[in-house]
Amino acid sequence: MTSLLLAQAATEPSIVNQLVDNFWFVLAIKTLVVIGFFLTAPMVVGYAEHKVLAHMQGRLGPMEAGGFHGWAQLVADGVKFIQKEDIVPEAADRPVFSMAPAVAMVPYIVLFVIIPFGPSAYIVDLDVGIFFAIAVSGISVIGVLMAGWASANKFALIGALRAAAQLIAYELPLILAAAAVVMQAGTMSMLGIVQAQEPMWNIVRPWQAVGFIIFMIAALAELTRPPFDMPVADSEIIFGAYTEYTGLKFAFFLLAEYGGIVALSAIASVLYLGGYLGLPGIPLPAFMWMFAKIGALAFMIIWFRATFPRLREDQLQRFAWITLIPLSLLVVLVTAIVEVS
Amino acid sequence: MAADETHAEVTPTRGETSTRTPVKSWTLPGVGLLKGLGVTMKHMLKPAVTQQYPDVKPNLPARTRGVIALREDNCTSCMLCVRSCPDWCIYIEAHKELAPPRRAGGAPRKVNKVDRFDIDYALCMYCGICVDVCPFDALFWSPEYEYSEPRIADLLHDKTKLGEWMETVPEAPALEAGAEKKKGK
Repeated sequence: MTSLLLAQAATEPSIVNQLVDNFWFVLAIKTLVVIGFFLTAPMVVGYAEHKVLAHMQGRLGPMEAGGFHGWAQLVADGVKFIQKEDIVPEAADRPVFSMAPAVAMVPYIVLFVIIPFGPSAYIVDLDVGIFFAIAVSGISVIGVLMAGWASANKFALIGALRAAAQLIAYELPLILAAAAVVMQAGTMSMLGIVQAQEPMWNIVRPWQAVGFIIFMIAALAELTRPPFDMPVADSEIIFGAYTEYTGLKFAFFLLAEYGGIVALSAIASVLYLGGYLGLPGIPLPAFMWMFAKIGALAFMIIWFRATFPRLREDQLQRFAWITLIPLSLLVVLVTAIVEVS
Repeated sequence: MAADETHAEVTPTRGETSTRTPVKSWTLPGVGLLKGLGVTMKHMLKPAVTQQYPDVKPNLPARTRGVIALREDNCTSCMLCVRSCPDWCIYIEAHKELAPPRRAGGAPRKVNKVDRFDIDYALCMYCGICVDVCPFDALFWSPEYEYSEPRIADLLHDKTKLGEWMETVPEAPALEAGAEKKKGK
């Protein structure tokens, strides 16, 4: 992105030069790019979920909106959400209730800032990239907690507490799996991690392959996607923390969920699938490789939703603390031994 | 003592049930999960079973029971259908008319002429008892199903409409070999 602008600046006269040098102009452009991506990519994943889920159940899914195979279904949904009445329960804590959707959504927007879509197609390359990514993605649950607490609804509160407990349990294997990758690459920068996989993607190494599985399971749990969707288990607690939300605020939570799918798929493909690196012999631009990998991981997440039934709350906690965390510690250990020797 | 007896009775049944359950052989953990993923993938690759109704007409069996049709000429207004209808959704009004005698020189016959034969499809529950009880083959099942109305009162259909549906009634299937022949005419 920046290099593109710089290349333009080199050939064109001073006014463009001045603009590219202007910090605020570049900031505005970068912000627009990130927000544009955040508003479109989750829509694509959401539509894919409609279609994939439908076909896995022998249905067709949306077929009417927009004419061709219901491609505009989510646009129509968005218009519908805007039209709906914005209801705030009487007993709700109004400011917290209204702020919660933003707190849940903004971290996932911020996440896209550090994801590299090519050797020079990134917004910023932080030295603490992956640390930043994991730290920021953890903030989202505060939004869910705020929503649950401010709703003054028992189901919302149970859902929010489940979400918090789930995050605490699954953040640990997520961090440990990522730590193993950082040890492998010798850097925390997202770009550095991709470049370290130049000879061989991380997933080819057997111990990192285990790490990849752990990371994806933990990511599913962090996104509260099936089979780890106890915080929104509709047969038990209606819709968890989002029970009292309507209209645009509810849409923001949905956007956060699908944005989270894209963000965590992107992080997983950077950590394990070589990010924007392509397979030899297939000439595709770097960003297409990145999109393909994000798409494949997002498809997997949808596929899991179509296949697996929801776990029970205690099974979820038991699985995290007794299976995933020791296993991820083992991955860290093996990585350390292999890297040192 | 009695408790001991019941206990003695219960024990063998317990043993029986435990021997009946087969001993599961050990499989690799996660194999079931992969099988499940295979099932959903297989279904995704198969064509969907959905029929896009207004664009594609559903592929219904020939003798679908969609709506009840009336052959007015056969109706004698005997009221059997009206009285057997659980919902009381059939309305018949009739008057007597004189018809020419069957044989020359005989007295003119008296026949019942149907003035009104309405079925209220807002009430009808499609049990088909009227079709079954009709002794004169005046009522039939028609496979027609597209007769919804914007107003619920318009679902009261008269004998003209019921008669139109007769055209959609399929031919009765041939009797099975060796079946008892229908008596009478």
